[in-house]
Amino acid sequence: MATTLYEKLWQSHIIEEKADETPLIFVDRHLIHEVTSPQAFANLKFHNRVLRHPERTIATMDHNISTRSIEINAAGEGAANQLRTLEKNCKEFGIELFGMGHKNQGVVHVIGPELGLTLPGTVIVCGDSHTSTHGAFGALAFGIGTSEVEHVFATQTLRQTKAKTMRIEVKGQVAPGISAKDIILAIIGKTGSAGATGYVVEYCGEAIERLTMEERMTVCNMSVEFGAKAGLIAPDTKTFDYLKGKDYAPKGEVWQQAVEDWQQLKSDSKAKFDSYLTLEAKEIKTQVTWGTTPGQVTQVDSVVPSPDDFTDPVERESCIAALKYMGLTAGTKITDIAINKVFIGSCTNSRIEDLRAAAAVAKGKKVSATVNAIVVPGSYRVKEQAEAEGLAQTFIDAGFEWRLPGCSMCLGMNDDVLTHGDRCASTSNRNFEGRQGRGSRTHLVSPELAAASAIAGHFVDLTSINSQVQGA
Amino acid sequence: MEKFNQHHGLVVPLDTANVDTDQIIPKQFLQKTTRTGFGQHLFHDRRYLDNLGNENNPEFVLNKPQYQGASILLAGENFGCGSSREHAPWALQEYGFQVIIASSFADIFYANCINIGILPVILPEAAIATLFQQSKEGLQHLTVDLVASTVKTASAQYDFTIAPFHKYCLENGVDSVGWTLNKIAKIENYEAQMPAWQ
Repeated sequence: MATTLYEKLWQSHIIEEKADETPLIFVDRHLIHEVTSPQAFANLKFHNRVLRHPERTIATMDHNISTRSIEINAAGEGAANQLRTLEKNCKEFGIELFGMGHKNQGVVHVIGPELGLTLPGTVIVCGDSHTSTHGAFGALAFGIGTSEVEHVFATQTLRQTKAKTMRIEVKGQVAPGISAKDIILAIIGKTGSAGATGYVVEYCGEAIERLTMEERMTVCNMSVEFGAKAGLIAPDTKTFDYLKGKDYAPKGEVWQQAVEDWQQLKSDSKAKFDSYLTLEAKEIKTQVTWGTTPGQVTQVDSVVPSPDDFTDPVERESCIAALKYMGLTAGTKITDIAINKVFIGSCTNSRIEDLRAAAAVAKGKKVSATVNAIVVPGSYRVKEQAEAEGLAQTFIDAGFEWRLPGCSMCLGMNDDVLTHGDRCASTSNRNFEGRQGRGSRTHLVSPELAAASAIAGHFVDLTSINSQVQGA
Repeated sequence: MEKFNQHHGLVVPLDTANVDTDQIIPKQFLQKTTRTGFGQHLFHDRRYLDNLGNENNPEFVLNKPQYQGASILLAGENFGCGSSREHAPWALQEYGFQVIIASSFADIFYANCINIGILPVILPEAAIATLFQQSKEGLQHLTVDLVASTVKTASAQYDFTIAPFHKYCLENGVDSVGWTLNKIAKIENYEAQMPAWQ
């Protein structure tokens, strides 16, 4: 029978599937961090249980940490307590930890792929919803709660209900200057914020195949923002080339065998999905969110919508509430919206290609006097590479603050928070009310647009600027 | 985990779609290493006018005097979306909610509720609309029966579906880790046949 990639991954990880019991699946890789693990460790100890596979578990510090200092105390008292608890737990249970100052430290969804911990054909979980990022490699990867973290610690398995399948095809090629962030925001704009709840989404089509691995990560990262359990992209030679030689990737004969197995990881041509969505790549324009869910998104050359644009009463009410919170008036041109903060970072857009794209825009320019802009690399390795390539200097010369790696202002658990009324162009993944600080207003954008907005002090239509330059 | 069979309680209507877990429990309260101490911060930014949580927002539904002691949350669609933080259902539970009723829940949030013993009830949108209407017209008490999988108002009854194993775990307060550890031989068998790269 023809099967989808998801079904292949599911079948290869089933331990037990029987009537009246939620199926039990094996977990190959468990990534943990300081915020969602302490209560799981505590329960494990309370029950005197062993951690089944410490070698399949990897820890990093990312959510809570300061981006100004590698000192644990710099994160503040509560955070420092969580960080020290993680250190203690990792030591006690024999888990490898990439702590502050370690060369492998960074945002959990950035370091997994860059170290080769993320492999096609595996099941990867983490107590963080953006675990969907790793689906870019053809891994079944999803976020879990702390009770599930405990379940994986003790059993290396999870109970999971089988998801429905959705195929999202992006046909043809995107226009020059359109980023992976624009593709995924355009998809979410079509589906709405819960359009894929209960589904595992597989992205395909020429525009997806043409993406680099880092761009594919950006797409899969935001799968959870329209409700998907996970996002998947079938692995190909780009995937294998990316992983070959990475620290934790298989080597020698095992690598050969792995690649042979991974080449089978794709949906059969006749496989049936439960749902289908198709987008024409050439129709995708630069995206900016205007509201308080990622689905409240529009094109940069457009205007803030009006509640009257929505026929669905729930969407209409959401629009009214969002405009009020965001301090926006319907009909305002997006490019007329002034911003005073810029955040370039997060597990969505903090990899080297993201920083190159932003630096290319910022090179030789100055951040507007009305804007405060920070760049937070996703990992120590990204930071070092960006410094070696001169990107960090480009940012500094332009007036951006160059910080240490961490989750930072994406969720504002450290001191990188916005204050009431701040308006931020952010390369992160969530524009929820209060996400980056109480009363703050977040607009999700690509790294290119974030950099350009920092310089202009408002959103700008990059494609129109580029075409003007070309025409001149 | 406490066993859950039947619950009778007061409903509080929170008529907003896409309530995310950042709203349910903002990030500044996630720095604990325990499972307790979250209830007082539930819906912090909506519930309090000040950052310290001393001044109640009288407009927020949870602060209205008639809803004090409510144990059933009637919520809008896609409830619990966003971050995987289990601190959100911990906060709801500690505040006193034992049942959450909505037309849809985000996947991770739903699983987190089951795992800590909160019953998430999914009802059709029409039923949710009726319940909102009735809850706004006057105080409404509901009887939620997990065994029969029904929600009863004074005048009507709504059936809901829940996965059999979820139901079993809630009804019996199953320690799900202990349950799986009883199947360790099956896990060992699986591990023995994995390819070397996996």
